[in-house]
Amino acid sequence: MTRLFIVLISVLGVVFSGQGLAKPTPDNTLSISAAFEFTSLDPSKNGYIFSRMQIIETLLDVDENGELIPALASHWSISNDAKTWTFDIRQDVHFHDGSLLDAVAVVNSLYIALQKHGALRKAPIEQIEALGKHKVVIRLSSPYVVLGAVLANYANAILSPSAYAKDGGVLALSSTGPYQLYQFSPPHKLVVEKFDDYWGKKASIPYASYLTGHRAESRVLQARSGQADIVFGLDPATLPILKRLPNLTLHSNAIPRTIVIKLNSEYPFLKDIRARQALSDAINRVGIARGVLRTPGAETEQIMPASMSNWHLDVPNKGSDGKAKAEALLAELGWQKNANGYLEKQGDIFTIRLITYADRPELTTVATAIQAQWEAIGVKTKVDVTNSSAIPMGHQDGSLQAALIARNYGFMADPLAVLLADYGKHGGGDWGAMNWHNDAVSTLLSELEQTTDAQTYRQKAQQVAQLIYNERPVIPVTSYVQQTSVSKRVKGFRFDPFERHFLLNEMEFIR
Amino acid sequence: MKALLLKRLLQLITVVWGVGTLTFVLMRSLPGDMAYRIAASRYGQDNVNSEAAALVREELGLNQHPLEAYWHWLTDLLQFNLGNSMVSGLPVIESVQHMLGHSMLLAFAGLMVSILIAIPLGLLSAWRGNPLDSVLMGLSSAIRAIPVFVIGVLFVLLFALHWGWFPVAGYGSFAHLVLPSVTLALSLAAVSNRVVRDAAKQTFRAAFYQFSKVKGLSAWQTFHRHGVRNIAVPVVAFFGIQLVSMIEGIVMIESLFSWPGIGHGLAHAIFARDIPVIQGAALAMGVVFVVLNTLVDLLCLWIDPRGVEQ
Repeated sequence: MTRLFIVLISVLGVVFSGQGLAKPTPDNTLSISAAFEFTSLDPSKNGYIFSRMQIIETLLDVDENGELIPALASHWSISNDAKTWTFDIRQDVHFHDGSLLDAVAVVNSLYIALQKHGALRKAPIEQIEALGKHKVVIRLSSPYVVLGAVLANYANAILSPSAYAKDGGVLALSSTGPYQLYQFSPPHKLVVEKFDDYWGKKASIPYASYLTGHRAESRVLQARSGQADIVFGLDPATLPILKRLPNLTLHSNAIPRTIVIKLNSEYPFLKDIRARQALSDAINRVGIARGVLRTPGAETEQIMPASMSNWHLDVPNKGSDGKAKAEALLAELGWQKNANGYLEKQGDIFTIRLITYADRPELTTVATAIQAQWEAIGVKTKVDVTNSSAIPMGHQDGSLQAALIARNYGFMADPLAVLLADYGKHGGGDWGAMNWHNDAVSTLLSELEQTTDAQTYRQKAQQVAQLIYNERPVIPVTSYVQQTSVSKRVKGFRFDPFERHFLLNEMEFIR
Repeated sequence: MKALLLKRLLQLITVVWGVGTLTFVLMRSLPGDMAYRIAASRYGQDNVNSEAAALVREELGLNQHPLEAYWHWLTDLLQFNLGNSMVSGLPVIESVQHMLGHSMLLAFAGLMVSILIAIPLGLLSAWRGNPLDSVLMGLSSAIRAIPVFVIGVLFVLLFALHWGWFPVAGYGSFAHLVLPSVTLALSLAAVSNRVVRDAAKQTFRAAFYQFSKVKGLSAWQTFHRHGVRNIAVPVVAFFGIQLVSMIEGIVMIESLFSWPGIGHGLAHAIFARDIPVIQGAALAMGVVFVVLNTLVDLLCLWIDPRGVEQ
């Protein structure tokens, strides 16, 4: 009888202890919905999701002002010739598999990242070396001031050596973040569990789930129903309805992403700066920001937001009265309206094919607004909604005429890395200028790669910004405002303008 | 029976080869450089550029001659190897299993609910006649005229937003299955109740059915002994076809409810030009088509063994 009683108690103990082991439930899980899918564990491919869900970490981090701050490297220094970077690796940092972070693990991860797609491949790296257990030295063949920003990119996350296969493929996402991977169901669902051995601020919420909501409408419904606690990338048209809901708080945050029109400067109708200027003047940015995006004040004629002050010019936005000026400029170039209201010169109709992509819901509506505004000055505009890859492809094969894009200048903490890719090469880059030749910009950008003095840096950056502003190889339309809804059961939400982290470990549930 | 199975096996082999070859030819014929599409899906919109495309082209050997690529696919297929996804690098068989499993679950749940709706309503229509018949047929025409995603959105508005009974989207629990399967079921039932009603009407009017009543059987006995089997043959055949078309055609439902099914996966694979996944998914759907048709035929033979003699 006694034995039976003990067995019974043991069984009950096991059962109840099993219940005590938490599993993700709506009560203990912060649910997040956003548009992007994921297919791979490899940080070079889908690191932007793993970094946001705070699974992976990099040597350096970026604060909300875009400044580099210590992360897995507690301190770093740059030699006088700016060719040797030394990193002190943080001690007592655990990987999710229980092993300890050291210099060898960092070197291993960075060498693997060097073999894959990412900005690190462009860095003039000669050697990455472990000095002792907690020091890593990177030697460069030439000074490269953006190396810190590149190392902070998600593609260069530090993973445990046991996370990699022999060929560098990622077998397990064992990194050092405050959350570790709990469930990985590509392409839609990801669940993370808090990591109790995290070296920094430990998470309070036990689990967080990420669900891909492909359709903007579905994401809005998830926010409205309370199924998702945090919904990123809301369609601006739905904001008035969401604002009325008592269970939600809406956050509109400016991010270093700008909606710009990439132009092919060799396209016969766009060769003259005045034609590009006219197309820019014809855009009613105030109307688009207010009426389409519902973010008054987001209108801009510069590619960089004011927060990136080195690259932002102190010039006022011209407002919405540019139609007459645009028409005058085009008339100056010999364009006259025909009987159908389209501009015509020597039998040619001024026609533009504007391509854009549907990954970001607002781009298609902005594209149609621009179509209407260009048609109003007599430019026949065709809008094609396609895949984002059509932009670099159209750039390379020369078929692109104009493309409406949302360019992320905060992809690297230092926008110079993006500007080098977009404007540094003669003729431009996949997501920047196209067939636009400006030697001064190319020279200034390559000088900036090696400029460490802050004042000289700013001076040169302003010169580059002014040249791009004057010659309009791209036409900026509006700054980007990220629309997010947060359930009122969550406190401590803070938006990271560089979209590196969801800052899950700062959030709590209100009981 | 053996002849039927042998015939279906041959069909299966032809379908596998035909579907795989056709998808290969169609995908290769699409305009544009597939390396860019794959790179966009691999690295995301912010990180796709010509360098990424070049890396993808080199890694996947996209420069090889199409015939060479086709030969590799065919020899792999003969070894039951569907290859790896060009986007994720994971084995295609894993993706297809994951997607097809979810689609089958949704389609099967939808079919079961549609049977529960269509059979009683179809029989009631046939049994009671007008005015109920006209009302039910009018209602089913109206529902059929509404696009399935509109029904889905209405259900979400009512059951997820207004009453909060079920989640808006996602998967992983029974509650997640309810709204997508009921949406699907309602749309299906709007057609299948007509088939049930027509088959039942035809049977009820038949001479053998009337005679069984005349010889003294009760209404229930007549229906049970002489009605069920005769009504079942066209109805089962129709439901079988519906199940197949459902698995293939639930893209809208899967997209609306963030359900990771094969229709949705296939659409994404096509956007990404992920040829192995497209071929794998199309093959799986072809196989499902043949297998389900065979099962339906066997079921119909069991219900009405006269088919064997024919």
